[in-house]
Amino acid sequence: MTVLQVVALAAVAVTGTATVLMRDVVRQVVVLGFFGLALAVLFLVFAAPDVALSQIVVGSTVVPAMLLLTLVKLHRSRRDG
Amino acid sequence: MSTGARRALVVAGLAGLGLLAVWAVTGLPDFGHPIGRYGVLAPQVALAKRHVTDAVGGVTFDLRGLDTLGEELILFCAAVGATVLLRAERPGEEEATEESQRVPPRPAGALRALGAGLGGPLLVLGAYVVVHGHLTPGGGFQGGVILAAAVLLVYAAGQLIGLEHVRATTLVELAEAIGAAAFVIVAVGGLVFATAAMANFLPFGTSGSLLSGGTIPVLNIAVGVEVAAGITLILTELLGRALFDDREEDS
Amino acid sequence: MSVLPYLVAVWLLAVGLYGVATSRHLVHLVICLSVAQASTYVLLLGVGYRFPGRAPVFADLPPGTSVVDPVVQALTLTDVVVEATVTAVLLALTMRVQRRFGTVDPDQLGALRG
Repeated sequence: MTVLQVVALAAVAVTGTATVLMRDVVRQVVVLGFFGLALAVLFLVFAAPDVALSQIVVGSTVVPAMLLLTLVKLHRSRRDG
Repeated sequence: MSTGARRALVVAGLAGLGLLAVWAVTGLPDFGHPIGRYGVLAPQVALAKRHVTDAVGGVTFDLRGLDTLGEELILFCAAVGATVLLRAERPGEEEATEESQRVPPRPAGALRALGAGLGGPLLVLGAYVVVHGHLTPGGGFQGGVILAAAVLLVYAAGQLIGLEHVRATTLVELAEAIGAAAFVIVAVGGLVFATAAMANFLPFGTSGSLLSGGTIPVLNIAVGVEVAAGITLILTELLGRALFDDREEDS
Repeated sequence: MSVLPYLVAVWLLAVGLYGVATSRHLVHLVICLSVAQASTYVLLLGVGYRFPGRAPVFADLPPGTSVVDPVVQALTLTDVVVEATVTAVLLALTMRVQRRFGTVDPDQLGALRG
Protein backbone atom coordinates (compact mmCIF):
# COMPACT_ATOMS: atom_id res chain seq x y z
CA MET A 1 0.00 0.00 0.00
CA THR A 2 1.78 3.09 -1.11
CA VAL A 3 1.23 6.45 0.51
CA LEU A 4 -0.51 7.71 -2.62
CA GLN A 5 -3.08 4.93 -2.41
CA VAL A 6 -3.77 5.62 1.24
CA VAL A 7 -4.20 9.33 0.56
CA ALA A 8 -6.52 8.64 -2.39
CA LEU A 9 -8.66 6.30 -0.29
CA ALA A 10 -8.87 8.87 2.47
CA ALA A 11 -9.89 11.55 -0.04
CA VAL A 12 -12.62 9.31 -1.42
CA ALA A 13 -13.98 8.58 2.05
CA VAL A 14 -13.95 12.25 3.07
CA THR A 15 -15.58 13.59 -0.10
CA GLY A 16 -18.16 10.81 -0.05
CA THR A 17 -19.16 11.73 3.49
CA ALA A 18 -19.26 15.41 2.55
CA THR A 19 -21.54 14.64 -0.40
CA VAL A 20 -24.07 12.89 1.78
CA LEU A 21 -24.02 15.43 4.58
CA MET A 22 -24.53 18.42 2.30
CA ARG A 23 -28.23 19.18 2.33
CA ASP A 24 -28.43 22.02 -0.19
CA VAL A 25 -28.82 20.21 -3.49
CA VAL A 26 -27.09 22.70 -5.79
CA ARG A 27 -23.97 22.70 -3.65
CA GLN A 28 -24.16 18.96 -3.38
CA VAL A 29 -23.73 18.73 -7.16
CA VAL A 30 -20.42 20.56 -6.84
CA VAL A 31 -19.25 18.28 -4.03
CA LEU A 32 -20.30 15.31 -6.16
CA GLY A 33 -17.92 16.65 -8.78
CA PHE A 34 -15.11 16.57 -6.22
CA PHE A 35 -16.09 13.04 -5.24
CA GLY A 36 -15.90 11.98 -8.88
CA LEU A 37 -12.47 13.53 -9.21
CA ALA A 38 -11.22 11.74 -6.07
CA LEU A 39 -12.59 8.47 -7.45
CA ALA A 40 -10.80 9.04 -10.75
CA VAL A 41 -7.49 9.62 -8.94
CA LEU A 42 -8.10 6.46 -6.90
CA PHE A 43 -8.73 4.44 -10.03
CA LEU A 44 -5.53 5.77 -11.59
CA VAL A 45 -3.51 4.89 -8.51
CA PHE A 46 -5.00 1.39 -8.57
CA ALA A 47 -3.56 0.91 -12.09
CA ALA A 48 -6.91 1.10 -13.89
CA PRO A 49 -6.62 3.75 -16.63
CA ASP A 50 -9.72 2.60 -18.52
CA VAL A 51 -11.93 2.93 -15.49
CA ALA A 52 -10.39 6.30 -14.60
CA LEU A 53 -11.13 7.57 -18.12
CA SER A 54 -14.74 6.41 -17.80
CA GLN A 55 -15.15 8.06 -14.43
CA ILE A 56 -13.63 11.36 -15.58
CA VAL A 57 -15.85 11.78 -18.60
CA VAL A 58 -19.00 10.57 -16.89
CA GLY A 59 -18.55 12.13 -13.48
CA SER A 60 -17.48 15.57 -14.61
CA THR A 61 -19.51 16.07 -17.77
CA VAL A 62 -22.64 14.02 -18.05
CA VAL A 63 -23.89 13.54 -14.48
CA PRO A 64 -23.49 17.16 -13.26
CA ALA A 65 -25.08 18.40 -16.49
CA MET A 66 -28.09 16.12 -16.01
CA LEU A 67 -28.43 17.02 -12.34
CA LEU A 68 -28.28 20.76 -12.92
CA LEU A 69 -30.76 20.58 -15.79
CA THR A 70 -33.14 18.58 -13.62
CA LEU A 71 -32.83 21.12 -10.82
CA VAL A 72 -33.55 23.97 -13.22
CA LYS A 73 -36.68 22.27 -14.51
CA LEU A 74 -37.86 21.39 -11.02
CA HIS A 75 -37.36 24.96 -9.85
CA ARG A 76 -39.12 26.34 -12.89
CA SER A 77 -42.09 24.04 -12.65
CA ARG A 78 -42.46 24.73 -8.94
CA ARG A 79 -42.33 28.43 -9.60
CA ASP A 80 -44.97 28.15 -12.30
CA GLY A 81 -47.21 26.44 -9.80
CA MET B 1 -42.56 7.35 12.81
CA SER B 2 -40.90 10.61 13.68
CA THR B 3 -37.75 11.74 11.98
CA GLY B 4 -35.55 11.30 15.02
CA ALA B 5 -36.72 7.77 15.66
CA ARG B 6 -36.27 6.86 12.01
CA ARG B 7 -32.78 8.28 11.99
CA ALA B 8 -31.85 6.28 15.08
CA LEU B 9 -33.26 3.13 13.49
CA VAL B 10 -31.28 3.75 10.29
CA VAL B 11 -28.05 4.28 12.20
CA ALA B 12 -28.61 1.13 14.23
CA GLY B 13 -29.38 -0.93 11.15
CA LEU B 14 -26.39 0.40 9.25
CA ALA B 15 -24.13 -0.23 12.23
CA GLY B 16 -25.22 -3.86 12.22
CA LEU B 17 -24.69 -4.11 8.47
CA GLY B 18 -21.31 -2.43 8.81
CA LEU B 19 -20.14 -4.86 11.46
CA LEU B 20 -21.13 -7.83 9.34
CA ALA B 21 -19.46 -6.33 6.28
CA VAL B 22 -16.24 -5.59 8.15
CA TRP B 23 -16.20 -9.15 9.43
CA ALA B 24 -16.65 -10.31 5.83
CA VAL B 25 -13.92 -8.20 4.28
CA THR B 26 -11.31 -9.14 6.83
CA GLY B 27 -11.63 -12.64 5.43
CA LEU B 28 -10.73 -11.53 1.93
CA PRO B 29 -7.19 -12.19 0.70
CA ASP B 30 -4.69 -9.45 1.40
CA PHE B 31 -4.84 -6.37 -0.75
CA GLY B 32 -2.36 -6.87 -3.58
CA HIS B 33 -2.26 -10.66 -3.55
CA PRO B 34 -5.47 -11.97 -5.06
CA ILE B 35 -5.94 -15.69 -5.30
CA GLY B 36 -7.52 -16.69 -8.57
CA ARG B 37 -6.36 -18.04 -11.87
CA TYR B 38 -8.76 -16.14 -14.09
CA GLY B 39 -7.06 -12.83 -13.54
CA VAL B 40 -3.71 -14.29 -14.50
CA LEU B 41 -4.97 -16.16 -17.55
CA ALA B 42 -7.16 -13.44 -19.04
CA PRO B 43 -4.44 -10.99 -20.16
CA GLN B 44 -2.33 -13.83 -21.50
CA VAL B 45 -5.18 -15.17 -23.61
CA ALA B 46 -6.16 -11.69 -24.75
CA LEU B 47 -2.66 -10.95 -25.96
CA ALA B 48 -1.69 -14.32 -27.32
CA LYS B 49 -4.90 -15.50 -28.92
CA ARG B 50 -6.68 -12.26 -29.81
CA HIS B 51 -3.69 -9.99 -30.47
CA VAL B 52 -5.03 -7.04 -28.52
CA THR B 53 -2.68 -4.99 -26.40
CA ASP B 54 -5.36 -3.46 -24.17
CA ALA B 55 -6.34 -6.44 -22.06
CA VAL B 56 -9.32 -4.65 -20.55
CA GLY B 57 -10.77 -3.98 -23.99
CA GLY B 58 -10.21 -7.59 -24.97
CA VAL B 59 -11.91 -8.83 -21.84
CA THR B 60 -14.83 -6.43 -22.19
CA PHE B 61 -15.72 -7.27 -25.75
CA ASP B 62 -14.49 -10.79 -26.21
CA LEU B 63 -13.78 -12.85 -23.12
CA ARG B 64 -16.72 -11.37 -21.18
CA GLY B 65 -18.64 -10.17 -24.20
CA LEU B 66 -21.94 -11.51 -22.93
CA ASP B 67 -21.77 -9.27 -19.87
CA THR B 68 -21.13 -6.28 -22.12
CA LEU B 69 -24.06 -7.23 -24.32
CA GLY B 70 -26.30 -7.18 -21.28
CA GLU B 71 -24.89 -3.88 -20.04
CA GLU B 72 -25.29 -2.26 -23.43
CA LEU B 73 -28.92 -3.31 -23.62
CA ILE B 74 -29.43 -1.91 -20.12
CA LEU B 75 -28.04 1.37 -21.40
CA PHE B 76 -30.32 1.26 -24.42
CA CYS B 77 -33.40 0.58 -22.30
CA ALA B 78 -32.45 3.29 -19.81
CA ALA B 79 -32.02 5.86 -22.58
CA VAL B 80 -35.36 4.88 -24.13
CA GLY B 81 -37.07 4.91 -20.74
CA ALA B 82 -35.70 8.32 -19.79
CA THR B 83 -36.73 9.69 -23.18
CA VAL B 84 -40.28 8.33 -22.83
CA LEU B 85 -40.63 9.76 -19.33
CA LEU B 86 -39.26 13.14 -20.35
CA ARG B 87 -41.36 13.39 -23.48
CA ALA B 88 -44.47 12.97 -21.39
CA GLU B 89 -43.34 16.15 -19.68
CA ARG B 90 -43.46 18.17 -22.85
CA PRO B 91 -45.52 21.32 -22.41
CA GLY B 92 -48.74 21.80 -24.35
CA GLU B 93 -49.17 23.89 -27.49
CA GLU B 94 -49.38 27.30 -25.83
CA GLU B 95 -46.38 26.86 -23.63
CA ALA B 96 -44.37 25.49 -26.51
CA THR B 97 -44.92 28.50 -28.74
CA GLU B 98 -44.28 30.87 -25.88
CA GLU B 99 -41.05 29.10 -25.03
CA SER B 100 -39.88 29.16 -28.63
CA GLN B 101 -40.42 32.89 -28.82
CA ARG B 102 -38.47 33.52 -25.69
CA VAL B 103 -34.99 34.36 -26.94
CA PRO B 104 -32.29 32.90 -24.72
CA PRO B 105 -29.55 35.28 -23.60
CA ARG B 106 -26.55 35.39 -25.85
CA PRO B 107 -23.66 33.54 -24.22
CA ALA B 108 -20.42 35.31 -23.47
CA GLY B 109 -17.85 35.78 -26.19
CA ALA B 110 -15.24 33.66 -24.47
CA LEU B 111 -17.67 30.76 -24.21
CA ARG B 112 -18.59 30.99 -27.86
CA ALA B 113 -14.93 31.11 -28.88
CA LEU B 114 -14.15 28.12 -26.69
CA GLY B 115 -17.05 26.16 -28.10
CA ALA B 116 -16.10 26.96 -31.66
CA GLY B 117 -12.48 26.09 -31.04
CA LEU B 118 -12.98 22.90 -29.03
CA GLY B 119 -15.94 21.35 -30.83
CA GLY B 120 -14.00 19.86 -33.69
CA PRO B 121 -11.03 18.57 -31.67
CA LEU B 122 -13.41 16.95 -29.18
CA LEU B 123 -15.11 15.06 -31.97
CA VAL B 124 -11.77 13.87 -33.28
CA LEU B 125 -10.64 12.90 -29.78
CA GLY B 126 -13.85 10.97 -29.21
CA ALA B 127 -13.49 9.10 -32.49
CA TYR B 128 -9.84 8.35 -31.66
CA VAL B 129 -10.69 6.95 -28.24
CA VAL B 130 -13.46 4.79 -29.71
CA VAL B 131 -11.40 3.34 -32.53
CA HIS B 132 -8.24 2.66 -30.50
CA GLY B 133 -10.08 0.86 -27.73
CA HIS B 134 -8.27 -2.38 -28.27
CA LEU B 135 -4.79 -0.86 -28.32
CA THR B 136 -4.73 1.76 -25.59
CA PRO B 137 -7.01 2.57 -22.67
CA GLY B 138 -10.29 3.73 -24.09
CA GLY B 139 -13.01 2.07 -26.03
CA GLY B 140 -16.61 2.42 -27.03
CA PHE B 141 -18.01 3.50 -23.68
CA GLN B 142 -15.49 6.24 -22.93
CA GLY B 143 -15.32 7.54 -26.50
CA GLY B 144 -19.09 7.59 -26.85
CA VAL B 145 -19.42 9.79 -23.77
CA ILE B 146 -16.74 12.13 -25.14
CA LEU B 147 -18.69 12.44 -28.41
CA ALA B 148 -21.88 13.26 -26.51
CA ALA B 149 -19.93 15.83 -24.49
CA ALA B 150 -18.79 17.45 -27.74
CA VAL B 151 -22.41 17.92 -28.81
CA LEU B 152 -23.26 19.33 -25.40
CA LEU B 153 -20.36 21.78 -25.63
CA VAL B 154 -21.54 23.05 -29.00
CA TYR B 155 -24.99 23.59 -27.57
CA ALA B 156 -23.72 25.33 -24.45
CA ALA B 157 -21.62 27.69 -26.54
CA GLY B 158 -24.76 28.88 -28.27
CA GLN B 159 -24.48 27.30 -31.67
CA LEU B 160 -27.45 25.22 -32.62
CA ILE B 161 -26.95 22.69 -35.33
CA GLY B 162 -29.67 22.87 -37.93
CA LEU B 163 -30.57 20.39 -40.58
CA GLU B 164 -33.17 21.38 -43.11
CA HIS B 165 -34.75 18.19 -44.27
CA VAL B 166 -34.26 15.50 -41.71
CA ARG B 167 -35.67 15.94 -38.22
CA ALA B 168 -32.41 15.46 -36.43
CA THR B 169 -33.88 13.98 -33.29
CA THR B 170 -34.95 11.11 -35.48
CA LEU B 171 -31.34 10.85 -36.62
CA VAL B 172 -30.10 10.49 -33.07
CA GLU B 173 -32.70 7.84 -32.29
CA LEU B 174 -31.76 6.02 -35.46
CA ALA B 175 -28.09 6.12 -34.53
CA GLU B 176 -28.81 4.65 -31.11
CA ALA B 177 -30.89 1.86 -32.57
CA ILE B 178 -28.24 1.10 -35.19
CA GLY B 179 -25.54 0.91 -32.53
CA ALA B 180 -27.49 -1.49 -30.38
CA ALA B 181 -28.54 -3.59 -33.34
CA ALA B 182 -25.00 -3.75 -34.69
CA PHE B 183 -23.78 -5.17 -31.41
CA VAL B 184 -26.43 -7.86 -31.40
CA ILE B 185 -25.83 -8.66 -35.06
CA VAL B 186 -22.11 -9.15 -34.47
CA ALA B 187 -22.93 -11.33 -31.48
CA VAL B 188 -25.26 -13.48 -33.57
CA GLY B 189 -22.66 -13.48 -36.34
CA GLY B 190 -20.47 -15.42 -33.99
CA LEU B 191 -23.21 -18.01 -33.92
CA VAL B 192 -23.43 -18.08 -37.70
CA PHE B 193 -19.77 -17.97 -38.69
CA ALA B 194 -18.04 -19.64 -35.79
CA THR B 195 -18.77 -22.04 -33.01
CA ALA B 196 -20.78 -20.03 -30.51
CA ALA B 197 -22.51 -16.69 -30.10
CA MET B 198 -20.16 -13.78 -29.35
CA ALA B 199 -17.28 -15.78 -30.79
CA ASN B 200 -14.56 -13.76 -32.45
CA PHE B 201 -14.88 -14.67 -36.09
CA LEU B 202 -12.99 -12.01 -37.98
CA PRO B 203 -9.28 -12.52 -38.63
CA PHE B 204 -6.92 -11.31 -35.92
CA GLY B 205 -4.17 -9.13 -37.29
CA THR B 206 -0.81 -8.48 -35.75
CA SER B 207 -1.03 -7.08 -32.26
CA GLY B 208 -0.50 -3.35 -32.11
CA SER B 209 -2.00 -2.51 -35.46
CA LEU B 210 -5.39 -0.93 -35.88
CA LEU B 211 -6.98 -3.91 -37.61
CA SER B 212 -6.29 -6.47 -34.93
CA GLY B 213 -8.49 -8.31 -32.55
CA GLY B 214 -11.17 -9.58 -34.88
CA THR B 215 -14.61 -8.36 -33.92
CA ILE B 216 -13.36 -6.22 -31.03
CA PRO B 217 -12.91 -2.95 -33.01
CA VAL B 218 -16.28 -3.48 -34.69
CA LEU B 219 -17.98 -3.90 -31.32
CA ASN B 220 -16.11 -0.86 -30.00
CA ILE B 221 -17.50 1.28 -32.79
CA ALA B 222 -21.02 -0.07 -32.32
CA VAL B 223 -20.94 0.66 -28.61
CA GLY B 224 -19.43 4.10 -29.23
CA VAL B 225 -22.23 5.06 -31.61
CA GLU B 226 -24.88 3.74 -29.27
CA VAL B 227 -23.55 5.40 -26.12
CA ALA B 228 -23.06 8.74 -27.86
CA ALA B 229 -26.55 8.68 -29.33
CA GLY B 230 -28.17 7.54 -26.08
CA ILE B 231 -26.59 10.22 -23.95
CA THR B 232 -27.26 12.89 -26.58
CA LEU B 233 -30.91 11.82 -26.62
CA ILE B 234 -31.20 12.08 -22.86
CA LEU B 235 -29.53 15.49 -22.79
CA THR B 236 -31.73 16.68 -25.64
CA GLU B 237 -34.89 15.81 -23.77
CA LEU B 238 -33.57 17.34 -20.57
CA LEU B 239 -32.78 20.57 -22.35
CA GLY B 240 -36.45 20.80 -23.24
CA ARG B 241 -36.13 21.47 -26.89
CA ALA B 242 -34.31 19.73 -29.67
CA LEU B 243 -30.54 20.06 -29.69
CA PHE B 244 -30.67 19.83 -33.45
CA ASP B 245 -33.18 22.47 -34.30
CA ASP B 246 -34.71 23.67 -37.57
CA ARG B 247 -35.51 27.12 -36.29
CA GLU B 248 -33.48 30.12 -37.27
CA GLU B 249 -31.21 31.11 -34.45
CA ASP B 250 -28.78 33.97 -34.58
CA SER B 251 -25.46 32.23 -35.05
CA MET C 1 -3.62 -1.49 6.50
CA SER C 2 -4.12 -4.10 3.85
CA VAL C 3 -7.91 -4.12 4.30
CA LEU C 4 -8.20 -0.34 3.97
CA PRO C 5 -9.78 -0.33 0.48
CA TYR C 6 -12.47 -2.76 1.59
CA LEU C 7 -13.18 -0.71 4.70
CA VAL C 8 -13.51 2.42 2.59
CA ALA C 9 -15.96 0.56 0.34
CA VAL C 10 -18.04 -0.52 3.34
CA TRP C 11 -17.97 3.02 4.71
CA LEU C 12 -19.13 4.50 1.39
CA LEU C 13 -21.99 2.01 1.23
CA ALA C 14 -23.08 2.77 4.78
CA VAL C 15 -22.86 6.53 4.29
CA GLY C 16 -24.71 6.38 0.99
CA LEU C 17 -27.53 4.31 2.44
CA TYR C 18 -27.76 6.67 5.41
CA GLY C 19 -28.16 9.54 2.98
CA VAL C 20 -30.85 7.70 1.03
CA ALA C 21 -32.82 6.89 4.17
CA THR C 22 -32.71 10.36 5.72
CA SER C 23 -33.05 12.47 2.60
CA ARG C 24 -35.45 15.38 2.26
CA HIS C 25 -35.13 15.98 -1.47
CA LEU C 26 -35.40 13.39 -4.20
CA VAL C 27 -32.41 14.69 -6.15
CA HIS C 28 -30.33 14.55 -2.95
CA LEU C 29 -31.47 10.93 -2.69
CA VAL C 30 -30.31 10.16 -6.22
CA ILE C 31 -26.88 11.65 -5.50
CA CYS C 32 -26.51 9.61 -2.31
CA LEU C 33 -27.41 6.55 -4.37
CA SER C 34 -24.48 7.40 -6.66
CA VAL C 35 -22.18 7.48 -3.64
CA ALA C 36 -23.42 4.04 -2.60
CA GLN C 37 -22.79 2.75 -6.13
CA ALA C 38 -19.23 4.04 -6.01
CA SER C 39 -18.55 1.68 -3.13
CA THR C 40 -18.88 -1.28 -5.50
CA TYR C 41 -16.29 0.21 -7.83
CA VAL C 42 -13.80 0.61 -5.00
CA LEU C 43 -14.44 -2.93 -3.79
CA LEU C 44 -14.06 -4.46 -7.24
CA LEU C 45 -10.83 -2.66 -8.00
CA GLY C 46 -9.48 -3.41 -4.56
CA VAL C 47 -10.10 -7.10 -5.06
CA GLY C 48 -8.39 -7.14 -8.44
CA TYR C 49 -5.23 -5.25 -7.56
CA ARG C 50 -2.12 -7.36 -7.88
CA PHE C 51 1.18 -6.20 -6.46
CA PRO C 52 3.20 -4.49 -8.10
CA GLY C 53 0.44 -2.56 -9.83
CA ARG C 54 1.05 -2.50 -13.53
CA ALA C 55 -1.84 -1.46 -15.75
CA PRO C 56 -3.10 -4.28 -18.02
CA VAL C 57 -2.03 -2.55 -21.22
CA PHE C 58 0.66 -4.41 -23.11
CA ALA C 59 1.53 -1.62 -25.52
CA ASP C 60 4.88 -1.18 -23.85
CA LEU C 61 5.14 -4.19 -21.55
CA PRO C 62 6.67 -7.47 -22.65
CA PRO C 63 4.01 -10.18 -22.83
CA GLY C 64 3.87 -12.33 -19.78
CA THR C 65 4.48 -9.73 -17.08
CA SER C 66 2.10 -9.89 -14.18
CA VAL C 67 -0.50 -7.17 -14.36
CA VAL C 68 -3.53 -6.08 -12.45
CA ASP C 69 -6.64 -8.18 -12.98
CA PRO C 70 -8.42 -6.85 -16.09
CA VAL C 71 -11.68 -8.72 -15.59
CA VAL C 72 -12.87 -6.59 -12.67
CA GLN C 73 -11.83 -3.47 -14.57
CA ALA C 74 -13.99 -4.54 -17.49
CA LEU C 75 -16.96 -4.97 -15.17
CA THR C 76 -16.37 -1.62 -13.49
CA LEU C 77 -15.94 0.53 -16.58
CA THR C 78 -19.14 -0.58 -18.23
CA ASP C 79 -20.85 -0.12 -14.89
CA VAL C 80 -19.75 3.52 -14.58
CA VAL C 81 -21.34 4.53 -17.86
CA VAL C 82 -24.50 2.50 -17.40
CA GLU C 83 -25.16 3.95 -13.95
CA ALA C 84 -25.09 7.42 -15.47
CA THR C 85 -27.98 6.52 -17.74
CA VAL C 86 -29.87 4.85 -14.90
CA THR C 87 -29.42 8.10 -12.96
CA ALA C 88 -31.06 9.83 -15.91
CA VAL C 89 -34.10 7.56 -15.58
CA LEU C 90 -34.32 8.35 -11.87
CA LEU C 91 -34.13 12.08 -12.57
CA ALA C 92 -36.88 11.77 -15.17
CA LEU C 93 -39.01 10.01 -12.56
CA THR C 94 -38.29 12.85 -10.14
CA MET C 95 -39.70 15.32 -12.64
CA ARG C 96 -42.82 13.19 -13.04
CA VAL C 97 -43.24 13.13 -9.27
CA GLN C 98 -42.93 16.89 -9.10
CA ARG C 99 -45.59 17.35 -11.74
CA ARG C 100 -47.94 14.78 -10.28
CA PHE C 101 -47.67 15.48 -6.56
CA GLY C 102 -46.23 18.99 -6.44
CA THR C 103 -43.46 18.12 -4.03
CA VAL C 104 -40.10 16.37 -4.11
CA ASP C 105 -39.88 15.71 -0.41
CA PRO C 106 -39.89 11.95 0.24
CA ASP C 107 -41.41 12.47 3.66
CA GLN C 108 -44.51 13.94 2.09
CA LEU C 109 -44.83 11.33 -0.63
CA GLY C 110 -46.34 8.82 1.69
CA ALA C 111 -49.39 7.21 0.18
CA LEU C 112 -49.29 5.43 -3.16
CA ARG C 113 -52.12 7.15 -4.92
CA GLY C 114 -53.25 6.00 -8.30
